[in-house]
Amino acid sequence: MANESVFEECKQWYLSRFQAFEDSLNGGAELPFHTTRKQAISRFSELGLPTPGNEEWKYTNVAPIFEQKYEVAAQSEADTDVDIGPFTFGDLSRNRMVFLNGTYSKELSSFSSEGQGLLIGNLSELLENDKVRAHLGRYANFTDEPFTAINTAFANEGTVVYVPSGLTVKEPLHILHLSDGSSAPFATNPRNLFVVEDGGQVSVLESYHQLAGGSYFNNAVAEIFVGKNARVEHTKIQQEALDAYHIATFNVHQERESHFASVNIDLGGRLVRNNLNVMLNGEHCETHLLGFYVGSGVQHIDNHTFIDHAKPHCFSNELYKGILDDHAQGVFNGKILVRQDAQKTNALQSNKTLLLTDDAAINAKPQLEIFADDVKCTHGATIGQLDDEALFYLRCRGIGKDMAEAMLRHAFVADVLEGIKDGALRETIDAKIIDRFTS
Amino acid sequence: MLKIKNLEAAVEGNQILKGLNLNVNAGEVHAVMGPNGGGKSTLANVLAGREEYEILSGSVEYDGQDLLDMAPEDRARAGVFLAFQYPVEIPGVGMSNFLKTALNDMREARGESALDAMDFFALIREKLELVNMDEKFLSRAVNEGFSGGEKKRNEVFQMAVLEPKLAILDETDSGLDIDALKTVANGVNAQRSKDNAIIVVTHYQRLLDYIVPDFVHVLSDGRIVKSGDKNLALQLEEQGYDWLKNESGAAVAA
Repeated sequence: MANESVFEECKQWYLSRFQAFEDSLNGGAELPFHTTRKQAISRFSELGLPTPGNEEWKYTNVAPIFEQKYEVAAQSEADTDVDIGPFTFGDLSRNRMVFLNGTYSKELSSFSSEGQGLLIGNLSELLENDKVRAHLGRYANFTDEPFTAINTAFANEGTVVYVPSGLTVKEPLHILHLSDGSSAPFATNPRNLFVVEDGGQVSVLESYHQLAGGSYFNNAVAEIFVGKNARVEHTKIQQEALDAYHIATFNVHQERESHFASVNIDLGGRLVRNNLNVMLNGEHCETHLLGFYVGSGVQHIDNHTFIDHAKPHCFSNELYKGILDDHAQGVFNGKILVRQDAQKTNALQSNKTLLLTDDAAINAKPQLEIFADDVKCTHGATIGQLDDEALFYLRCRGIGKDMAEAMLRHAFVADVLEGIKDGALRETIDAKIIDRFTS
Repeated sequence: MLKIKNLEAAVEGNQILKGLNLNVNAGEVHAVMGPNGGGKSTLANVLAGREEYEILSGSVEYDGQDLLDMAPEDRARAGVFLAFQYPVEIPGVGMSNFLKTALNDMREARGESALDAMDFFALIREKLELVNMDEKFLSRAVNEGFSGGEKKRNEVFQMAVLEPKLAILDETDSGLDIDALKTVANGVNAQRSKDNAIIVVTHYQRLLDYIVPDFVHVLSDGRIVKSGDKNLALQLEEQGYDWLKNESGAAVAA
């Protein structure tokens, strides 16, 4: 029952930090959104942290996250001496929002995109904006989600993108999170909101990197509204420190004939949990959830996805792949709900894992709940090892064993990488992946 | 170049090679024929370094080095090439990237600098022509969805790119129609020189009409039971392998 005392202590700590946070907001505590924050912290104090008895957290014990004390990253002047070069993606990073230890850095950020009515900025500056207020908090429900409740309670820093009807944002936006836990452990709660109105289009790359290691805890929440016939492409690369904790929750809300594509790549982190919740709230929506994760050492990487087919004639395609080495643990839980109204749903789900050692493990659980009778739903899960025949073939051509293994690991995830439509971005990410496999 | 002495090898506990002797010099083409199960493919795989094969005794010397002590990639870098009987499909690994990595790894091992993109593609185009392969192959994954004939041509194409000193062709003729057989044979013949050697492992004499060997060996029950020139292959084609069983004792004694 060591967990219980850790959790109780943690809860009390968050409650006390909330008071300090309120004090630091100056006039901010008077804004209407602050009521939502207060509801969230109050809900969190009722919920507490999830224990392994909670079905959604059965394979992921969050207690290790709270075995150290964090500071909630304060609103301080971000350090502008930081060299962001190694974390940029070439030309793709011209349009960027940069956060250092969770705090927005105006100096390091840069914008080249423009368009009538386009809004890109830090959440704290846009809390009073009508467009933001109409959506913020609508899709990220914290009633049963303690980490969403924590994030909402402390929500102040994060990226807001508002794309008005019919506008195509030509250049992708790079949201760059850099963390340095070397001086003191800290916790952040990045809160993103992307609203793309009818017929709008935007592509977002979100990346998380360590600057100098150490322990820290990023608890991110994003709300993504995809209007009628709008398109959103979201690519996330997580390369946190190996002592860091990372929980990210995405709540996507799609209107009819919209298109949402997510590619979600996890390379770092001691304990990682991604929650991707997609609500298909109109007919003829299309959703692609692709992802892969690479774990070694004692990394624990958990992907929970939930696609809610609420309306007919929607298509969802899901492919998650994992490569687990050493003692690494993976979890994949893919829930697909097809509601009674959602006839002609077409839902595909596939989960594939390479286990490179006997000590690596994956808990894979497809969870299909189908209440309509005219639907096509398929799911499959496979677990395998590297193909020895292919390895031998490559070595017989003079390719060294390490490189040959790296090529096969890369090949295993190639179809996920193909989901990144931007060629230049895909190539840059490819190079980072090869680096990870050969290091 | 290659000296195999009293080689005994087993796979999954079954001894397949039972004291095999073979010498191959630079400039020579050797055909190894014999009935199924006689050990032909085992010999090819042992020379390439496949780990499932256990060496029980004997030695293999290649260019003065102990070949059996080398990792598969080191053998390849030293100039040993196996054309696979069943080339492996590797989805997700593109032909072009695969060849470039292989070629540059070998060049590095030989102390040469890596080829730049232009020189690389110039070389590749020249070699593709040799085996009558379209450039479109380069954008496909290694052997993925290739027909039987395409896979075999791809093996000979790789051999042409990597320019091995000792090439072992393991049943490269199996499953080929006559046109494909000629293409493959032409590709191999173009690489014959006084500096390199080729071992052609085959069940049928047919390929040897096009790749004319200097020596023909019959491998049966794990040993070379008869050696001769190209006429031996013709004799085998006419008479099969049965007649050799009577002679095998004598051949081994010799």
